[in-house]
Amino acid sequence: MDFAGAYTPDNLKFLLEGFWVTLQVAFISIILSFIIGGLVGIIRYAKVPVLSQILALIVETVRNLPLLLIIFFTYFALPEVRIKLEIIPAAIVALTIFESAMLSEVIRSGLKSIDKGQMEAARSSGLSYTQALIHIILPQALRRMVPPIVSQFISLLKDTSLAVVISLPELTHHGQIIYGQSQKYLIPILILVALMYFLVNYSLSLVAQRLELKRT
Amino acid sequence: MLDFSILTENLDMYLLGFKNTIMSSLVALVSSLILGVLIAIMRIAPIKPLNWLGTAYVEFIRNIPLLIITFFFFLGLKLSGLYAGTLALTIYTSSFIAEAIRAGILSVPKGQMEAARSSGLTYGQAMRLVILPQAVKIVIPPLGNQFINLVKNSSILAVVAGLDLMYHGDLISSRTFVVFDVYIFVAAFYLILTIPLSFGVGYLEKRLAKSN
Repeated sequence: MDFAGAYTPDNLKFLLEGFWVTLQVAFISIILSFIIGGLVGIIRYAKVPVLSQILALIVETVRNLPLLLIIFFTYFALPEVRIKLEIIPAAIVALTIFESAMLSEVIRSGLKSIDKGQMEAARSSGLSYTQALIHIILPQALRRMVPPIVSQFISLLKDTSLAVVISLPELTHHGQIIYGQSQKYLIPILILVALMYFLVNYSLSLVAQRLELKRT
Repeated sequence: MLDFSILTENLDMYLLGFKNTIMSSLVALVSSLILGVLIAIMRIAPIKPLNWLGTAYVEFIRNIPLLIITFFFFLGLKLSGLYAGTLALTIYTSSFIAEAIRAGILSVPKGQMEAARSSGLTYGQAMRLVILPQAVKIVIPPLGNQFINLVKNSSILAVVAGLDLMYHGDLISSRTFVVFDVYIFVAAFYLILTIPLSFGVGYLEKRLAKSN
């Protein structure tokens, strides 16, 4: 084990560059997933006929598949049907597909947790269903959804590491490149990489906890 | 259209991978349950250093990627892919299970423990005979969800040549030069495992919610 050799300024910089890619990919994916998952969750909550059954089928399928499979499939299998994505877009697409399905469930259960009386009261005071949803239900539900969404973001940050299978230049992959030079660097680099994930994720989990406490 | 000859001609490999995925998941499930219970007990036992140790374990493990833990066992300790992956799955899942169990135990009203203690039971007896039986009901649905995650996460074995379903998909696609169809069938095998599990968990959640 050679800690000094592993933790040179160049290597540290290289790891931070990888972490920056992890953060960017995770951030873009969670934003896209929030938009797509939000739409899916609302459509399923509103029980739009046919569409909500089709979406339920898709969500259940995606949620029950390993993310690794989805990443692999997006990058290696889609070119066979003429959909060729570069590494970074492929990673974002795969993470977004998976995370949208997860978030749609978070959003749907957030909406369902709002008391039925709220919708009834809004409707009977003359709002249309859509108006009631946008002005009464959604703002209340969104507040409740923040902690589970932060938890999903933590999962997503960890899951981004699975994109090493398509050589996404993120933290884990940059770690691999460094310890690929010498076996002596393996443990020091694994420890440091783990600590980097830990610091960010643990801080985020504290934020989520605080938000949850505030709510109750 | 899907080429079903890929499935029929490589069925033995698919089934071998499927079997290994099930085996690895089951072994990891049982061992992470045992480990998870122990750590949950450490976290709630009235002994400060144990609390601290349990908390550190849970917070550290669940905030780092499963892949890093797997690499540690595979590259660091030089275990075979199957063992390294299963061990990593156990460690990783145990932290989530410990959290679920702790939450379940804490949700039993405090008065239960006080009443049990004042009627002469020791802490251990009160825990085993009074608190745990009540906590089990609350803990079952989240444990079910963890098992579903475990099955999906077991695909991590493929990254370290762990002989699981994903890995065999890899072998089949390098043999047939087909990726799309091969992995559609791999996905189908995963769904055979996970869909019934999620329906089961959903059903339990509804039933337990009703009984409360």
